[in-house]
Amino acid sequence: MDLSYTETQDMLRDTLSRFLADTYDFETRKKMLASPEGRDPGIWRALSSELGLTSAPFAEEYGGLGGGYLENLIMMEELGKVIAVEPWLQTVVIGGGALTAVGGALAAEVIPQIISGDCVIAWAYAEPTGRYDLASVSTTAKADGSGFVLNGHKAVVYAAPWASHLLVTARTGGSARERNGVELFLVDAKSAGITRRDYPTVDGFRASEVYFENVAIPAEALLPGGIDLIERIADEAAMGVCAEGTGIARKLLDGTVEYTKQRKQFGQPIGKFQALQHRMADMLVEAEQIASMALMGTLKLGLPAAERKAAVSLAKAKVARSIKFVGQSAVQTHGGIGITMELAIGHYFKRATMIENQFGSADAHLERYEALTLAA
Amino acid sequence: MDLEFSPEEIAFRDEVRKFIADNYPAQLRGKQDEGDELTKEDFLSWHRVLAKKGWVAPAWPVEYGGTGWTVTQRFIFSEETARADCIRLMPFGLTMVGPVIYTFGTPEQKAHFLPRILSGEDWWCQGYSEPGSGSDLASLRTKAVREGDHYVVNGQKTWTTMAQHADWGFFLVRTDPDAKMQEGISFLLIDMKSPGIEVRPIITLGGEHEVNEVFLDNVNVPVENRVFEENKGWTCAKFLLAHERVGIAGVASSKRGIEKIRQIAATEIDGDKPLLANPFYRRKVAELEMDLTALEFTELRTLAGEAAGRGPGPESSVLKIKGSEIQQRLTELALEAAGHYGAPYFRGFGEGDNEHPIGPDWAHRTAPGYYNMRKTTIYGGSNEIQRNIIAKMVLGL
Repeated sequence: MDLSYTETQDMLRDTLSRFLADTYDFETRKKMLASPEGRDPGIWRALSSELGLTSAPFAEEYGGLGGGYLENLIMMEELGKVIAVEPWLQTVVIGGGALTAVGGALAAEVIPQIISGDCVIAWAYAEPTGRYDLASVSTTAKADGSGFVLNGHKAVVYAAPWASHLLVTARTGGSARERNGVELFLVDAKSAGITRRDYPTVDGFRASEVYFENVAIPAEALLPGGIDLIERIADEAAMGVCAEGTGIARKLLDGTVEYTKQRKQFGQPIGKFQALQHRMADMLVEAEQIASMALMGTLKLGLPAAERKAAVSLAKAKVARSIKFVGQSAVQTHGGIGITMELAIGHYFKRATMIENQFGSADAHLERYEALTLAA
Repeated sequence: MDLEFSPEEIAFRDEVRKFIADNYPAQLRGKQDEGDELTKEDFLSWHRVLAKKGWVAPAWPVEYGGTGWTVTQRFIFSEETARADCIRLMPFGLTMVGPVIYTFGTPEQKAHFLPRILSGEDWWCQGYSEPGSGSDLASLRTKAVREGDHYVVNGQKTWTTMAQHADWGFFLVRTDPDAKMQEGISFLLIDMKSPGIEVRPIITLGGEHEVNEVFLDNVNVPVENRVFEENKGWTCAKFLLAHERVGIAGVASSKRGIEKIRQIAATEIDGDKPLLANPFYRRKVAELEMDLTALEFTELRTLAGEAAGRGPGPESSVLKIKGSEIQQRLTELALEAAGHYGAPYFRGFGEGDNEHPIGPDWAHRTAPGYYNMRKTTIYGGSNEIQRNIIAKMVLGL
């Protein structure tokens, strides 16, 4: 066993971390969020075509660096440290993960576009009433001639306003919540019949309700693998936000410790008060466990489905619980200033809160873990 | 002891219930149902209805405009207003400065200010916290220098809730720079239209403009607007903080909050059943109701003690701690119920905008509500300070 990163991995982390330190300070991020598009596309170009970082997790045959899940973890962790609002999770982790899993002509065509920065993907999987059940899909993909026709409504699709492609779950058969019959499609976001309603999200991203009305797509748009593939992608996404949470929790802790050294009340820095020291010590305990679970789950992504699911569910549930504690404690320790838009800490807290439930709440994952491993 | 209401109390309950049904402003009800932001006029509309009826300040002594109700009647009234989802009245006049004025004020101050608080003519704000003085309130530095018949006030206050609407503010200021901490502070009533006052908004995480910074630059305040003796303002401040903590338990509104959670979870579908059938979710609802019931009976015991002439004393810190935690857990449950639809952000799609938020119509308010309510364990003396009070004042440590 070896839990150390390679030199290449360390280098990747350094490159991204230095780039973000230079380009993603709090004030710049604020301006990006307030801009009409809600992001600076120049950053994405820099991350992809200029620095080549988007190539990290992809196989060499696609022009990648030959990395994998660990490279995703490293990148997501660094992006979390600056609460980046880039479509990295959706494009590289989720879209790239799905294409890597299926391989073939579609992967050979699209992965190089991800690497070059020309392709931005959004994952349209949630539906208005489906909650966290990936098989609860009523969007339909009806076979039509050589291709399919999509109809339906996808909810809260992060990054959709920026996307060149939508990765869509839709039903080719079966009833509303049946596992059989749900498939994954990669669709040109400009296809006729797709409409969106765009909005900002509370954690600084842009998202959309996406409506499909008789959207004709070619047969090659199908990524074969059904619900098993979709669950695998969702698990990779869950570990992506856990890694992001690792970076966020670390910044919440560091920011809080720093603040309590500066802020004076009762004639001394508030960090001298034992009640706050113990809380911050607990924050460190939880932040460390977030890092541990993000790593554990990531390292088990390649295992057979049952083992992978059990590991990811434990990791995501633990991260959800811990990041809630870290976020709430950071705000409480800051006092009123922690609830304002003025300090970065509140913005980290907002994103941390959304991470709790993205790709499954603690309850949903504990339930899945119990079903998999505690059959009575 | 008897938990049952007497026939008279039931008659009173019915009277209150009917009064609310007949008189609650329809426009306000509509805005609440739509989740619209409430304006100053909205807040005042319900205030005025109650003022006209003589029910706006039940806890005040009768001679100043109180109702003379028993503790049980006050309990019934607050239950009924919460049950009917009436908005909470702004506390700054009614439960903060009002009691300070009738307890410590001059006859002239009482005659002038109390009727205007009751009628809603004056909107009050609270000038306590400063950028460098939060939990350590007594370290405040805004200073007032006496020049003849007035004070000249200079300094900065922060977290001043609803100051953007305020006609008057009650301020803690330092009148003796040489005195130690709590001594040398005075309690001033300041006309917010005075030259030299500037109010700047602070935007909080849910996008709300509730709180402000207030800058005071050579503001002249007549000496007759000082309450109680010069340099003895801390007495008023402590009195007010203890009163603030009683209301802060928020039992009745949290009960209403649980009702809303039950309604939401009964309609939100999880799998093929309502969310309320999800064993994990419903357990959290049950646990919250357990804690709220414990809080309710703790408050009832405190009120009974008050009726018997004791308190509100340090035990009100218990109410503050548990009440604020319960208010926060309610927002956690709401956000959890929203699922994916907790993420969309719709502030700015306000009045005059026809675009309706997407998802269930309550869902877009859950994340801002969750973020915003983190304030409850911070304001009114943070929960850390409440624990200090219990440790010192109750446990004698």
